[in-house]
Amino acid sequence: MGLGTSLSCDISMNTRLSADEIRKYQNSELIRKILHGARTIAIVGLSDKKERASNFVGSYLKSEGYTVIPVNPLKHEILGEKCYPDLASIPVPIDVVDIFRRPDEIVNIVQQAIAIKAKAIWMQLGLVNREAADLAIKNGINVVMDRCIKMEHGRYNGHLHWAGMNTEIITAKKVSRFI
Amino acid sequence: MPEKRKFGFETRMLHAGHIPDSYSGARAVPIYQTAGYVFDSPEYAASLFELKQYGNIYTRISNPTTAVFEERIASLEGGTGALATASGQAAQLITMMTLMNPGDEFVASSHLYGGTYTQFEHTFKKLSIKVHFVDPSDIKNWEKAITSKTRVLYGETIGNPQGSVFDFEGVSALAKANGIPLVIDNTLASPYLCRPLEWGADIVLHSATKFINGHGTSIAGVIIDSGKFDFSNYPAISSPSIPYHNLNFYETFGHYGFLMKARCETLRDTGATISPFDSFLLIQGLESLSVRMDRHVQNALGVANFLKNHPMVEWVNFAGLPHHVHYDRAKKYLPKGAGSVFAFGIKAINNNPRETGKKFLENLELFSHVANLGDCKSLVIHPASTTHQQLSDEELKRANIKPELIRLSVGLETIDDLLWDLEQAFHAISR
Repeated sequence: MGLGTSLSCDISMNTRLSADEIRKYQNSELIRKILHGARTIAIVGLSDKKERASNFVGSYLKSEGYTVIPVNPLKHEILGEKCYPDLASIPVPIDVVDIFRRPDEIVNIVQQAIAIKAKAIWMQLGLVNREAADLAIKNGINVVMDRCIKMEHGRYNGHLHWAGMNTEIITAKKVSRFI
Repeated sequence: MPEKRKFGFETRMLHAGHIPDSYSGARAVPIYQTAGYVFDSPEYAASLFELKQYGNIYTRISNPTTAVFEERIASLEGGTGALATASGQAAQLITMMTLMNPGDEFVASSHLYGGTYTQFEHTFKKLSIKVHFVDPSDIKNWEKAITSKTRVLYGETIGNPQGSVFDFEGVSALAKANGIPLVIDNTLASPYLCRPLEWGADIVLHSATKFINGHGTSIAGVIIDSGKFDFSNYPAISSPSIPYHNLNFYETFGHYGFLMKARCETLRDTGATISPFDSFLLIQGLESLSVRMDRHVQNALGVANFLKNHPMVEWVNFAGLPHHVHYDRAKKYLPKGAGSVFAFGIKAINNNPRETGKKFLENLELFSHVANLGDCKSLVIHPASTTHQQLSDEELKRANIKPELIRLSVGLETIDDLLWDLEQAFHAISR
């Protein structure tokens, strides 16, 4: 995208991760690469309740052009998309597995993600499981932890800026979108 | 992965929050003087109103010019985001209405700007929100005032007219231990001299009219959130929002929940919105903040030292002077200087401090007699003969305003001219 080093986005705030872990799991280059390259995102724990955070994220990603696949064993359809009980049942390749489940369920979800050859694991804001992260990386899968995929997307496409958020992006170049 | 550079304060003053748009390439921030915004489709409009998409609906809630100011000041204070408001008073009102419900209470330092005092004491009573004022000089006073209903601790970085410096470490530790957010008015310091979020405050407010604007041209305020306070069990932020179909702002927006609620509920419903043109003037002001503040501090020290040694002066309340009770605290929290707003007491002639102060102001040539501060121009006010002139000596004493008190906001004029002006006014009244 020709942004070179002029784009600063040291996403350092509001996380329980250490400085080393921030560089590893919240790296802005990595996040932009994942969001730019992804087409199909499976959301594990997507709720059909309109007021829930996962529903906000799912509807946002759909409206931004991603194919969203709900993973929820209790439902047949969410946001107009067919629901699957687990990752193994999904018949198409998955780029990102976005997780809205308790931290102690995440190792199991990562094992399934490895089996279906997903390209990235995304643990939502507030979710940290280091064992699961190590397991994914050992198997060549990128990992983002303790970040919201909707907020990160909004950060780089400029929409979060409109809401007064500190995107930490600093550049003097003409750009409209970073994703 | 390459490491990203963390840019310095001055670089962020000039660049944070503004990316030149690919259409016009305009280098200055454009003024989007518009009330409404065209929707892509009815579905898109619906998703905006449900907060499922971030986007502009109506300038009462957000505006692209204002967003540049908001992101820039958030970057300078080290916050997760910001919300600009129509005035400093509006910033306080919106913060407190977002954080509290009827029946809640909060504890505030008694070393406060008078307008804030009145808003807390009288107007908040109409919202059934009760304030407890405490003498901030002893941490035990704060401790004693906290009850199970306390939702906020509140203070100012530099309190006037005492020139006191806030006990950030003491009060923020107390706030943390009690699970209560600490809200700080940082107007008199600006983020260049002090960043309260780095000392444990959770939310910072400004009257942006003052040093941020810097030129006395706009009435404005701003709220900056650290994003670090845990609102998960804080009723006003984590309970379902009825207007938004039971949306839980904490759960949905995480560390940005307080600001989203402040914007989408409180600002929307109070309508205390800044105009895009004023946001533009604040952006212009921020671009020179560090340069102005360095000179403000330098001139203020020069004026304070001059007054301290003057036979017509009783006392000087400036934390930048070694005799001040908070001199060491100022060195710690305000290492670049204790600001440029302070009060001094004029020595009464004929035992009449009110008349002496009044005459002194009448004889000043360069200091502007103005009810404002933080302007590039030097300003002066004598409360006993102006804002509080209707009060008797007894009432003044009860309001804690000494009749000899004169407040200065030292500007950027040639320092020798400022000292000349003060000297000639002293001379004129002592003849």
